[in-house]
Amino acid sequence: MAGAMDLPPKGGFSYDYCRRNAMLADKGLKMPGFLKTGTTIVGLVFQDGVVLGADTRATEGPIVADKNCEKIHFMAPNIYCCGAGTAADTEAIWSARSFNFTVMQLVVNHEFYQGHVSAALVLGGVDVTGPHLHTVYPHGSTDTLPFATMGSGSLAAMSVFESQYKEGLTREEGIQLVADAIRAGIFNDLGSGSNVDVCVITKGKTEYLRNHQLPNPRTYVSSKGYSFTKGQTEVLYTKITQLKPKVEVTEGDAMEE
Amino acid sequence: MDGSHASGSKVAAADGPGTQRTQYPYVTGTSIIALKYKDGVIMASDTGASYGSTLRYKSVERIKAVGKHSLIGASGEYSDFQEILRYLDELTLSDHMWDDGNSLGPKEIHSYLTRVMYNRRNKFDPLWNSLVLGGVKKGPKGEEKYLGMVNMIGTHFEENHIATGFGNHLAIPILRAEWREDMTFEEAVKLVEKCLLVLLYRDRSSINKFQIAKITTEGATIYPPYSLKTYWGFSAFENPSQGAVGSW
Repeated sequence: MAGAMDLPPKGGFSYDYCRRNAMLADKGLKMPGFLKTGTTIVGLVFQDGVVLGADTRATEGPIVADKNCEKIHFMAPNIYCCGAGTAADTEAIWSARSFNFTVMQLVVNHEFYQGHVSAALVLGGVDVTGPHLHTVYPHGSTDTLPFATMGSGSLAAMSVFESQYKEGLTREEGIQLVADAIRAGIFNDLGSGSNVDVCVITKGKTEYLRNHQLPNPRTYVSSKGYSFTKGQTEVLYTKITQLKPKVEVTEGDAMEE
Repeated sequence: MDGSHASGSKVAAADGPGTQRTQYPYVTGTSIIALKYKDGVIMASDTGASYGSTLRYKSVERIKAVGKHSLIGASGEYSDFQEILRYLDELTLSDHMWDDGNSLGPKEIHSYLTRVMYNRRNKFDPLWNSLVLGGVKKGPKGEEKYLGMVNMIGTHFEENHIATGFGNHLAIPILRAEWREDMTFEEAVKLVEKCLLVLLYRDRSSINKFQIAKITTEGATIYPPYSLKTYWGFSAFENPSQGAVGSW
């Protein structure tokens, strides 16, 4: 009988190249560095539940790949998870059940990925025992906290939380503080940017406020609009090469079956 | 950014038999925070100096007065800071011996330090510090406040608020959001304490003993050290594994 810890053949990573990589590193090959996710994600507990927040910038190295991606993922109607990259994988592989999510993520990170991906998550939700906020780190450790930040913008966001968080915040105060923290990440961290997404989870109700704030609007839009009519670009030279006459269609197989 | 852990980058260049320029910092101070306010410049730091991961010295002054018009604060290697203070002593002494009624202002001292730092970096023998230079001196437009910094590779600039080390990541977001022109001394102290408290919580090499210094037209004042009150009473801290069986 397959144990709960057995990896399905397609899951996790293949470690077959580890020995080769170690040998290459010995010979002087420089391995690509481990990059911290370009992101600011936060969560806090307020009097009626939890508020999660995230920026919306997805980066591929120095380039912004997606200006408005979604980093707050649905886990269950009363549990949402902020993360990037692997969090999406996690959503695909495991669907939401009445599991203890942090333990599952711990297993996934620890057994599957063994810390090789930056699955840094801020997981929040409300159940019968009250509001909960957890963080899960790449190697699988978890924390239960009153407020948490993750990602490259986590220090900027944490400075806002550490100076302004108190227990028993109202819903409006909680959303305001989360938005302030994400904005600190957006404007002070190069890996984070664009807009603020917020998710408020309370007993019985969840509000996903997509693009709750848009503090980076496009400041110049041409009033004439952008249309590119024919003739706008000067054509210097035209040469048309017919491909069809060069193609020979021969009957029969060129190769043996 | 200065390396406040002993694993700073090693730059070894053998100059000849028996000489080496391998360098990493040994005894290091952490962040300095500084900002301009109505009457001048305020600068603050903790009084700790670490030896790698050990908190070795707990009563170290990392902010000193320079001449009549300036304050210098340093993070990074403490012995290099002491050397820089000696250079500044020589500088201010010769300045005084001119006996011409003029004295070096903060801008001049900053410029001097920039040259020193940049030239040392070019010789692959840096002074492993981030220096913050603040002061007030009468200029053509009246009393002019000045605040700038220079680091171990010679990068230098002027700003209304400065933070070094971990302060770059934790304090600058707060300063950028809350600094205003013409703050009173009390408001400036409150803002600085806000930053120092966040650093105390989140920077492993900071300690709960701080010194605030200010420089105004009246001169430099370095206040005696004091501690900040920390808060640990969150209900989530009382019983952390209550909501998450199996976590730690």
